[in-house]
Amino acid sequence: MKARITVMLKNGVLDPQGRAIAHALHSLGFESVDEVRQGKIIEVELASADEAAARKELDDMCRKLLANTVIENYQVELLS
Amino acid sequence: MNSVVVVFPGSNCDRDVAVTLANVTGVKPQMVWHGETDLPRADLIVLPGGFSYGDYLRSGAMAAHSPILRAVKKEAERGVHVLGICNGFQILTETGLLPGALMRNASLHYICREVGLKVERADTAFTNAYSAGEQITIPIAHKDGAYFAAEDEIDRIEGEGQVVLRYRALESNGEGGNPNGSRRDIAGIIDKPGRIMGLMPHPERAADAATGGIDGRRVFESLTRALH
Repeated sequence: MKARITVMLKNGVLDPQGRAIAHALHSLGFESVDEVRQGKIIEVELASADEAAARKELDDMCRKLLANTVIENYQVELLS
Repeated sequence: MNSVVVVFPGSNCDRDVAVTLANVTGVKPQMVWHGETDLPRADLIVLPGGFSYGDYLRSGAMAAHSPILRAVKKEAERGVHVLGICNGFQILTETGLLPGALMRNASLHYICREVGLKVERADTAFTNAYSAGEQITIPIAHKDGAYFAAEDEIDRIEGEGQVVLRYRALESNGEGGNPNGSRRDIAGIIDKPGRIMGLMPHPERAADAATGGIDGRRVFESLTRALH
């Protein structure tokens, strides 16, 4: 089973990297850009075949290591 | 005072802090590698600056889950004092031993320069050789040093008197006081019982007049006084 985890800074947490990307897009002429937020994607391959168990385990991984829940939100998506 | 310095792959201030500890306390600290699962008995554990595990995932995140950190937590629960400098502070927040998080500097730049600091509390084991309100100068060297916590959490931290150091403009160079976008100019905090402290500035780099200032030396003198 394969999972894709998206980790993003929480709303309200300043994202200076996103702001720098927005600034770069503006200077390239993409004037319609309002705001950019950036984050990271982590793909995990699991030996587990049970979807519910996998979701529970992935959630545990996110809370313990993959995301810092003081500043970040995460979203887990099962791909196969 | 007996001390231990934890060494991670990527630590680069471990020897600086060891030299300072040896000079100030007269006792060489024991250096303990990250893969160890036990710590020798000591009065103080130092998590030094650097880039533990290459700062992969987030600064301090991998180190926070290394075997030695389980031992550090256990010792901290027994009442041993813990000092986290720079990357060490990031590790302490990642483990949850200190509240909040250290985020990318607002400028996105790695900043290495002297900063002005205000000592908010001089009644801790880490700062008793300073006076409250004193202005000192210590260098910073980091890219992820912007202190963040939710507004209500920061109110709580302030209310509990856990802010020990705040950035304050150096009169000499006229630069802004807050170098990295830290909430409420926070540069160093302590846990509620007053035994675990984390700070982004490097006191061990300002502990010998021959190598640029001595304003950081009193952190180690304070600990020697408190923990002898």
